[in-house]
Parts: sequence; C-alpha cells; structure tokens
Amino acid sequence: MSGSGTVERLVYMANQIATFFESQPHANAPLEIAKHINAFWVPSMRQTLIAYVESGGEGLRADAIEAAKLLN
Amino acid sequence: MSLIQEIDFGTPASKASTQVTLTIDGKRVSVPAGTSIMRAAKAMGTSIPKLCATDSLEPFGSCRLCLVEIEGRAGTPASCTTPVAEGMTVTTQNPRLAKLRKGVMELYISDHPLDCLTCAANGDCELQDMAGAVGLREVRYGYEGDNHLCEGTDESNPYFTYDPSKCIACSRCVRACDEVQGTFALTIAGRGFASRVAASQAEPFLNSECVSCGACVQACPTATLTEKKVIEVGQPEHSEITTCAYCGVGCTFKAEMRGEEVVRMVPYKDGKANRGHSCVKGRFAWGYATHRERILKPMIRSSTSDPWREVSWDEAIAYTASEFKRIQAKYGRHSVGGITSSRCTNEETFLVQKLVRTAFGNNNVDTCARVCHSPTGYGLKTAFGTSAGTQDFDTVEQVDVALIIGANPTDGHPVFASRLKQRLREGARLIVVDPRRTDIVRSPHIEADYHLPLRPGTNVAVLSAMAHVVVTEGLVNEAFVRERCDWSEFQDWAAFVSDPRHSPETLEPLTGVPASDLRGAARLYATGGNAAIYYGLGVTEHSQGSTTVMAIANLAMATGNLGRPGVGVNPLRGQNNVQGACDMGSFPHEFSGYRHVSDDAAREMFETVWGVDIDNEPGLRIPNMLDAAVDGAFKGLYIQGEDILQSDPNTKHVSAGLEAMECVVVQDLFLNETAVHAHVFLPGSTFLEKNGTFTNAERRIQRVRKVMAPRNGYEDWEITQLLSNALGYPSTFGHPSEIMDEVAKLTPTFAGVSYAALDEHGSIQWPCNAARPAGTPVMHMDGFARGRGKFVVTEYVPTDEKTGPRFPLLLTTGRILSQYNVGAQTRRTDNVLWHEEDVLELHPHDAEDRGIRDADWVKLHSRAGATTLRAKITDRVAAGVVYTTFHHPATQANVVTTEFSDWATNCPEYKVTAVEVSISNGPTEWQERYEAFAARSRLIVDAEPAE
Repeated sequence: MSGSGTVERLVYMANQIATFFESQPHANAPLEIAKHINAFWVPSMRQTLIAYVESGGEGLRADAIEAAKLLN
Repeated sequence: MSLIQEIDFGTPASKASTQVTLTIDGKRVSVPAGTSIMRAAKAMGTSIPKLCATDSLEPFGSCRLCLVEIEGRAGTPASCTTPVAEGMTVTTQNPRLAKLRKGVMELYISDHPLDCLTCAANGDCELQDMAGAVGLREVRYGYEGDNHLCEGTDESNPYFTYDPSKCIACSRCVRACDEVQGTFALTIAGRGFASRVAASQAEPFLNSECVSCGACVQACPTATLTEKKVIEVGQPEHSEITTCAYCGVGCTFKAEMRGEEVVRMVPYKDGKANRGHSCVKGRFAWGYATHRERILKPMIRSSTSDPWREVSWDEAIAYTASEFKRIQAKYGRHSVGGITSSRCTNEETFLVQKLVRTAFGNNNVDTCARVCHSPTGYGLKTAFGTSAGTQDFDTVEQVDVALIIGANPTDGHPVFASRLKQRLREGARLIVVDPRRTDIVRSPHIEADYHLPLRPGTNVAVLSAMAHVVVTEGLVNEAFVRERCDWSEFQDWAAFVSDPRHSPETLEPLTGVPASDLRGAARLYATGGNAAIYYGLGVTEHSQGSTTVMAIANLAMATGNLGRPGVGVNPLRGQNNVQGACDMGSFPHEFSGYRHVSDDAAREMFETVWGVDIDNEPGLRIPNMLDAAVDGAFKGLYIQGEDILQSDPNTKHVSAGLEAMECVVVQDLFLNETAVHAHVFLPGSTFLEKNGTFTNAERRIQRVRKVMAPRNGYEDWEITQLLSNALGYPSTFGHPSEIMDEVAKLTPTFAGVSYAALDEHGSIQWPCNAARPAGTPVMHMDGFARGRGKFVVTEYVPTDEKTGPRFPLLLTTGRILSQYNVGAQTRRTDNVLWHEEDVLELHPHDAEDRGIRDADWVKLHSRAGATTLRAKITDRVAAGVVYTTFHHPATQANVVTTEFSDWATNCPEYKVTAVEVSISNGPTEWQERYEAFAARSRLIVDAEPAE
C-alpha cells in the first residue's frame, strides 16, 4: 500500500478485514466483514467501496466483494 | 489550605492478619503481628525519636536514636528493628534513654554545619527536629575535630544537590534507591569516618546510573539531598493532592506551593497507583508550565503562509466558529471534526466529543488512542466484554510470573516498573517478549528467566506457539475454561493452535525465537502460579495489533489467569489519560461507556439529555480525516492537546492532509508541529492550572486539582465551552464536577462517580455503580462482562511491510525514560540533559557492514521517507533490527514510518518499517525544507523574540 488514493486504501483495509474473518471457524465471513465495516466506516467510505465493487472490484478478496453487497 | 503533612510511622505496615497486644508507656495497644515497636508506638500517638527509619523503607537500625527499654530484656534495643510481641511492656522515655539519645545527637551534631538559619531544609529537617526532640543543648565535643564540613557539593543533577557535609550516613537514600526504585545506583563508600554516599563508582550524580526518580531526595532526613527549587524558592507553605500528567501509571503527587509557585512535586504515600514513588518526569519535569515558549494569547491567520496575529479570546472564538459554520455551509455537515487528547482531563475530553456530536452535528471525533491502544479496546472488548485492563497495580504484589510483551516499563512506566521489580526481587519469575534487550531483562538483582527476542511483526506467531505448548502439553486450566468461557469456541481455538504449523519448532525460523526458550516460557507462564501479562505498544502498533490482544486474552483464559488478584491482562497505557479519553466517548463509533452510536437506546439517552438528534453512523477516524482532507471533502479540524504531525505515521501525508484543510484549530501549550499548519491557535492550560480527573491504566479515576490560575486565561474545558456557545449549542457548565455529573448520568460504568465520591475514596476504579460504590479493583471476578469469555482464532498474517534488498533492516520505535511522547513538555525541561536528541540504535554487525561508527550521522531511509540522526551502536537490538525514539521534531522519525495499520482499528504499524541505514553528511532535503517552513510558519506579528 503506497498510501496514495482513498480507493486503494479502502480496498486494502477491506482485504485486511476479510483476511481476519475468513480465518474464523464456522463464521459467515461476508456477513462478519460487513458488520465490521458497517460499525467502523463512515457511509461515504462504504459507498466508495460499494461503487468500486460495482465497477468490478479488482483486487478485492472474494469475501470482501460479497461483504460489500451486504453493506448498509 | 495548608501544607499536607503525612504521618511517618517509621517502618512499613505489617500485612499480618493476627493481632498482638502489648503495653507501651503504660497504655495497651493492639497491632498486627510483625509490626515494629516504633510503628506500634506511633499508632497510639507516641513519636519515638528516629533518623534512619522511615516507613517507606525496611528498618535498618543504624542511628541508635530510637532505643527503648523492654521489660525482661537486656539492653536498649532499637524500636525500629524490634517487632512487637504479645504481652510485651515497652518504655519509650526515661532518664536512661534520654541520656543515650542525647549522646547520639551530640555526636551527629559535632560533625554538622550549624547553618540552620540559612539551610534550605530549615523547617523541614529531621535532624533539626530530633535535636529538639531529645533536648540537645550542648555538644561537649566541640566542633574543631575531624569533620566533613569542607566537602564540596555535587550540583551536577539539574534537579537536586548532594551536599556531603550535611550527611549523617543513615543510608536512607541508598535504601530508597535499592528498595523503592530498584536501581541500586547509590552506596555508602568508605568505612567508619570516611563513609559517604556515592553514586555509581563515586561519579557525579548526573553521570552515574541514577535515574533521578527522586526517591533518595524524598528519603533524606537532612539537607544532604535537596531539590534545587527548594534552595531557590524556600520551603513550601501549602499543598494540594493532584495527579501526574505524564504516563498511564497515574502517580498521585502533593503539589507543594508557595503562593502560586510550585516549589516541588512530592509523591503522595496514599496514592494508590504509585504508593509514594515517582519518576524523573512526574517528580521534576513540570517546569514547562512556565517555559518562555508557552503561548498565552490566542492567535489567528487566514493562511499558513501568513504570520500569526495575536487576538482577543472573543475574536479567536468568533473567528473559529464563523470558519466552521462557513465550511459546513459550503462543504456539508460532515466536512469538519475534532480530536480529543489523552493528555487532557476526562471532563475536557467528554466536552470535545460532545461538541462534535452536538455543535458540529456529526460523529467525526477521534483521539490519540487511535495511534496507541485502540487495538486494546477492540481486542479486550471482543474477548472479555470490556475495553480495559483487568487488574489494579497493587495486584503485582501477588504475581508469581510476569509476562511482559512489547513494553519497556522501566522507561515508559517507570513507577510501575519499580513496583514490579520489588516483586521480582522477592522471587517472582519474569518472561520478556521484546525484540530489544530492554533494561528489565537484566538489571541489578533481576534477570528474566526467558527473554524471547522475536523478530518485529511476529507477535501473533509467538503467542500461537505459546498456546500450542499450553494445549498440546496438557497445561490448559480446563475447569476455568469450562466454567467461565465458551467451550465450543475454546475447542475451535485449541484445535487451531494444536496444529503442528504452530509449534515453536516450526515457527522458530519465522519468529527468530529459539523453540526451547519458547517452550520453557510457555510452561512457566502456565504452571508458575499467578501469572500476569503486561503489554504495551509493541503489541498494539502492528497490522495485527487487535489480533495480538485477542491472542493474549486467549492465553490468559486458557490458563485460568483471570478474575482474581495477581493475574490478568494489563495494558500499560502510554499517556496519562488514554483510558479516560477512550472511556469518555472519543472514538467516532461510540459514546462514553463504549456504546455504539447505532445503539438506539444509548443514542436516545444522549439525545434526550443533550437535546439534539445524533447521527447513528460512525464518524471518521484520524487517518480517514486526513485521507478525506487530501480528497477535498474534509476541511476543518479542532485539535485539543495533540500533535498529530509529529506523532502520527507518514508525516508527509499528515502534512498534506492538514495543508488541504481550510481551518485547522490547535489548542495546546506550545506552537507544536501541527500548529505549523494551523489557522487558529487557542492557548491551553497545564494540569497545574485546571480541575478535572484523569483515568489511569488500571481504570482508576483520580482528581486533578488546580494549584494556580491558568496563565492563558482559561482551563481547556472552558475554551471548548466558549466554542460550543459560539457555534450555537449552549453549554453552561460552571465547574468540571458538573461535567462529571453528566458523564455519570449517561454512562453506566461511571454511574457512581462524582467529585464527592472521589474526595471520599481518594480514587475510584470503574465500574462504579450502585452495586460497586467504591469501584472495582479487579474485573471479571464473578464472570466476564460479556458473559462467557470468547476464544478467537488468531491466524498469523505477515505484515505487508517487507524487507528486501533496498530496505533490508526493520525499524521499530519507542520511548525513553526522560522524555514523554512528542517531547513538547519534557523537551522544555532539564530532562533534555539525558536525551538531547533521538538516536538510532543498530547492531554492531549491521554497523560494520555499512562502515558506520558510533555517533556517526546516518540517513534512515524507508519507502515513506528519510531522516538523519546519530547512530548508537549496541547489541541491545538484534542484528537486522534498528530502533529509535520520536521525541524530537528535528528528527521526525515518523517521516520514515508508513501507513500500514491494524486491520480492525487503523492503529499504525509504528513497530515495523523496512529501512536502510547509510552514512550521511547532513540533514535530508525534507528536514531542511521542513525546518525552514516551520520557522516561517511560527512567526508572530510584532511578537517579542524569545530569549
């Protein structure tokens, strides 16, 4: 992560969160990821991520893409 | 208001539960077994003359002044070293004893300067008092014999003098250094008449191993060791009990005053965090309050390229309010925010977050805990249900095994370190997990059983390996886990850590920790009795900071080391009020008491009391604010008591974010580095100038008491209130106690807290409510706050900050004893004598490879940036690891650190940066450019230049 660009940073953060919840046994990873992001990200950050997923979501982990679809 | 005089019982209290009854001077008295006769006498109101005894030290029996007669026993034993016995009959005063004491005093005084009237200790000298107490009227030996009167004074220490001519060789200073501080820097050199106090190898105090904690000065019964400020000003005439504004230990002090001038800060014996001890910062480094660089008048400017213009408070507040209104009208309600400070009081912090949620109308509030202990909040809340450490500091007295991870308590939390070292000298065992060989690994009379020098960034792997040993070797406390934790989650976790890929042997190449040492450490932690974990920023400031905290919690739960004294999970908080700032609702997603803003019931409670609608969505964290600023969406920031430019990672990005804003308001004591990019400066007040409370690392809420009027005109909470009113949200608090009343009304864990309750109890550890009116020293005694303890699988995920050919070394950062955080306070005291610049520690092999010699200027270079500083070659760091501090803006170590951060909380990964080090012949281009910019940006129109 170079630190340049909000979208790039959000993708990186979403992947970090996804990596954690993917490792939890018996967890619905996309749901847990979405709950975490809903709890800690402002709506504009969530909207940016949703838009990014809608435009292809390149570089996002599969569970993060699924999570984006569950965001408020 | 008068000078608070604490009773000195002469010897420490006995902890025995059985009582012994004896007769002293015809009166029957009952005291705990093991109590000295001296203490028993004092308890019934009789002061036996003494010089070498004081109740912070074990009895020594050298001065022979406290002699008594005991019926049925020969001679005149010392009352300090003689314990009471059932039925004992003691006489403390009769002609024989009086004659003996007078003789002893004659000998002392025959070799003592008779300059009482001009002596700094006049009125506060135990020798003088004892001369009076024994009725000394003459010295038959005269004063012409051999003496020590011509010995020179050591004035090398900036804070106190050592005058051997006044020394009575009672050894109180030596014993204080040994028993209380644990540094063992002092000794009595020589024998007989040649005896004298010596620091290290008879060196000047400043050059010796002395850490300037002040324990020796406090213990000295004469003017031998005296604060220079007392010599300069004279004896104090009144005092107030208050709380130190430095680290998270939260030491209680007596601020001893003459008028509005602080004469000295003396650690308070009844302080429940420090028990009468102090460090060099709290004891001596408070002179910044009157430093010439302190800004006392508000200032504004329309551009950071303009010089500052001093204005009235009215103009500054009106300008700030109009700018924030303009920005919100133009860019939207969410375009502004605020940052609370862990250096400010609970009440001030509560008011700032309230200002943001009410007057700003959004939840864009964050705090400097973002960059230190936010993972503690997330991790411990997940595991136990409460975002706080589990124990009080007193619990250390019952610890059998201390496991320190990523903390350097002798530098960062020195008074706690001294208490821990006392316990270690009593026989407790020690495990240290740290990339550096910190002082506590090996110091006088202390040696860690295990030092696991892990490679930075591998905390989770090390903890998984320890858990692997605990589970696979059958060391789990199954009864505890079954009773207190979720058994199903435990089984998942146990299966996870049992996997051979988590064995110490498998992980050794990754972590760098020898498998045999790791196994030994895990066995010791699991089987050594009461085991307590103490951790610091070496745990939290990683991309897996929250995961590491949960891994720590897993280990403690699996071994049953929770829910009773002597055990627990104990985060050592960096700043004085980190715990409190978090408690007070400083995070953008939660209210005071850690309730999420989307919690309808909690939000409605706040909306009812505050009379506004509150956003049910989380606000921006500090790094989000900076990103949004660079993107053009965030334009106004109110910062109380924090210097994000120096303390936050990737300085260039912070700088760009601040410069992109249209109104940055800094409320602080000095024109700090962040103020270089500010448009409004609101001068803040010091902890000496305000009322309020701080909450320390053990959840202890303690009073901060005002001892002088704010030199800037207002306490910080008053400034926030002025701003709130100017923005149109009325705020009418008349005293911080009223703010605490509102906190208590809105926060279940603070429900029983009030200034009256704090005055009654001295301090209170939350939770404090109807069920626990005196607070809660040890948490989770009857079950975890969340119900059943939660085991979380903690998969190790390597950081993305990789070493490679360009950046082959790992930089980790930290702090040093004499300096505090960004150094804004301590750099403006004589503490700079111990640390005048940040240096780069590197291993001799790494230095040799690069042709670097000790004290060479070197360039420290990462993917984020570069800085220069001097090299210090030492094997305290492992090969491949370099270390520096971030106390000096000239270095700006955070130019080098990156924006990688904890996955859950965005706490920066300060502890792992891939770097290269090379010889340098001068400052970097960034340093030169920044220095010139900062100098220009600090100009004040028509201001008198500082001397």
